[in-house]
Amino acid sequence: MRDFFQRFCENRGALVGLVVLTVIILVAITAPLLSPVDPWRSLGRPLQPPGGEFALGTDMLGRDVLAGILHGARISLWIGILSAVVAALIGVTMGAIAGFFGGWVDDVLVRITEFFQTIPSFIFAILLVAILTPGLTSIVVAIAVVTWPPIARLARAEFMTLRSREFVEAAVLSGVSRPRIILREVLPNAVSPLIVMGSLTVATAILTESALSFLGLGDPNRISWGYMIGAARTVFRHAWWLSVFPGLAIVLTVLAINLVGEGLNDALNPHLKGRRVGVQ
Amino acid sequence: MGQDTTSTPLVSIEGLRISLPLGSDRVMAVDGIDLSVKPGKILCIVGESGSGKSMTAHAIMGLVPKPLKVEGAIHFDGHNLADIAPSVHRGIRGSRIGMVFQEPMAALNPVMKVGKQIEEVFRFHNIPGPYDDRIVALLDSMGLPEPELLRHAYPFRLSGGQRQRVMIAMALALDPALLIADEPTTALDVTTQKQILNLLKTAQHERQMSIMLITHDFGVVAEIGDEVAVMQEGRIVERGAVKDVLHDPQHPYTQTLLAAVPDLSPRPAADAEPAPLLSAANVSKTYRTRSGWFTPGREVHAVQNVSLQLGRGETVGVVGESGSGKSTFARIVVRLLTADEGDVRLDGVDANLLDLDTRQLAPLRKRVQMVFQDPFASLNPRRTVFEIVAQGLRAHGVGRREARRRVEELLDLVALDPSAADRYPNAFSGGQRQRIGIARALALEPDVIVADEPVSALDVSIQARVLDLFADIQKRLGIGLLFITHDLRVAAQICDRVIVMRKGEVVEAGTSAQVLFDPQHEYTRLLIDSIPGRGQMPKKHGPATAAAEAMERTRE
Repeated sequence: MRDFFQRFCENRGALVGLVVLTVIILVAITAPLLSPVDPWRSLGRPLQPPGGEFALGTDMLGRDVLAGILHGARISLWIGILSAVVAALIGVTMGAIAGFFGGWVDDVLVRITEFFQTIPSFIFAILLVAILTPGLTSIVVAIAVVTWPPIARLARAEFMTLRSREFVEAAVLSGVSRPRIILREVLPNAVSPLIVMGSLTVATAILTESALSFLGLGDPNRISWGYMIGAARTVFRHAWWLSVFPGLAIVLTVLAINLVGEGLNDALNPHLKGRRVGVQ
Repeated sequence: MGQDTTSTPLVSIEGLRISLPLGSDRVMAVDGIDLSVKPGKILCIVGESGSGKSMTAHAIMGLVPKPLKVEGAIHFDGHNLADIAPSVHRGIRGSRIGMVFQEPMAALNPVMKVGKQIEEVFRFHNIPGPYDDRIVALLDSMGLPEPELLRHAYPFRLSGGQRQRVMIAMALALDPALLIADEPTTALDVTTQKQILNLLKTAQHERQMSIMLITHDFGVVAEIGDEVAVMQEGRIVERGAVKDVLHDPQHPYTQTLLAAVPDLSPRPAADAEPAPLLSAANVSKTYRTRSGWFTPGREVHAVQNVSLQLGRGETVGVVGESGSGKSTFARIVVRLLTADEGDVRLDGVDANLLDLDTRQLAPLRKRVQMVFQDPFASLNPRRTVFEIVAQGLRAHGVGRREARRRVEELLDLVALDPSAADRYPNAFSGGQRQRIGIARALALEPDVIVADEPVSALDVSIQARVLDLFADIQKRLGIGLLFITHDLRVAAQICDRVIVMRKGEVVEAGTSAQVLFDPQHEYTRLLIDSIPGRGQMPKKHGPATAAAEAMERTRE
């Protein structure tokens, strides 16, 4: 475990990413304390530039942009993490079963995975949200449904190589049950690449959520960064701050998550990292 | 080459030191060694894994991995290779010093035709073409069939022995004065090993070059070496002419290594006919590759009509080279693979094991257990030794406390400390891991243990101790042991009876003494003749492990 942190910290970018991400998460948790106002309420004169009464200005209805960004962090992170978890659950289950059992089970599951992969993912997500009516649950479902196939493929590949390993055969001979072999013998050995992939899925999910909100398909009761940019696009030339600050928030969050993901990769799969030279 | 054959050494290493990174199990990989290779001679460096022998060779080639520091001097051709500009070193590498690696598949570029790879050697050293005739001549001199065609083949088309010949051809392309061979035959079958060693000897003789050969097997040293240096933990503990060292080893470590080489003396046959335990009759398995659109289907008869009997307390060896079907047969017996046909019966079970489905088989699984070849791949790195050894007990409903007690007993039985239970496999050496694997197989008190090459991944000295452990456990518990191996020496040491397999078929079967001293089939004779160092090794004085144990005591 100490090795893990040491290797993680060796990657400077990952450390910076971790700090930024921690700050964003803290902001998301404490948003109601930092900015006890309702981000939907109009508080002052519309379209005030940043630096005045309101640090990041106000929008066309006089709502505080800073409050929007602080509260928007909650929804972006929440949706990002939740949909990545759901996608990982679907993907790992499908991939594990396909990879471990092989044969016709594998054939069927791979066909299903491919079916999902042939549909352009963003259009599919739009379609799903439109059908399910916009809301937190439908967005999470839509994002999870379009992001699980790559996770399933990765899990399948890992399970396929691991299931023929001798320690799995030894477990079979000892009479250990199949589900137990999958969960206790194989999964722990496949988990590092999956964690890395999962962390990157969070970043993708945040982007997808922003894009959906931008198109007006977000949860109408919750403010989100994508919604803020979408609403501001008509006044972009007079009030740049309305799109730039939420945009920066998205860039910063996604970048931080990607950096952390890369650091996790270095720490969990040290042999893949070309810079370290070990002695055999 | 214009090298005179006086005794001025071709390479002389003085005070070579290579330090390991902090936190390794010792400070120095190579700790102040002096060594010289005389022109036209073969020097063997012998030692166990981790003794620093490969690192020494890599230092000569300038291949020591980056953060490690090389100190001392390596004199060659008026250069000090330990302290030389990389560009000059690159010129020497390949042209004046050639190298052959252990694993030819990993050392050849898989997506490049072998002829092209040899051509690169000429190109990189700015030797003008045309190359075609030279490459063909070179491949021909390596004893490769149809060199004209073979040079257009990709490495995966060649057999292991052919690949190693191509590697040697590359190393010898520019007539180097020194050839460094790092365990060149370890990955090969015994018959191929013999051929490659002969090839190296002939090439050395024809070209009057020197060879530095790194090996862990004293048999290979006896077969090919002129001089030998024995390395232990980064130091040279003994060096001298091969004959002297073999017959009169001075250092206790050399004596241990020599004692550990199994010789061809079969263990005495059992007096009484043992009670039958497991019998296999006419087991066959054929692999079929589906015919694709452009490729015809292929059939490989992995196992054909193999039969054997195994009695209680008896050890039966299945001997053969890679591809002989011995591992497939082992996996069929434990039902990790299904056979096409055959009849496998276990004492007390009134059915053909091969006909049972998974559910019927479940209660019988514990009676037949397996020990695997690779001590690294066969233990789950994410689980503690306790969890690994106890998994079968737990799966059969033994409580945690009871399982704990059993695991400690088992660890004691395989001569490991009970405190090992709470550690992870990476804390153990290869030999210790194999003991854990044996403890796992014993946990369910099986009647039969199928051991698939259980010692072939281990150093010779550790092999001897694991084999003794097998013999001891078998004597105590009366287990029937089916022992799969490619090494006739090992089979002779541990088996009561032996069957020899080739291409899926049994070519010879009998007691160890019959098969080893009165082989009827020419293939068995070939296998016996191929044992390295046969006839050159000194006779054993005492049991192999007496010296090993003495060594262990001095170490502590």
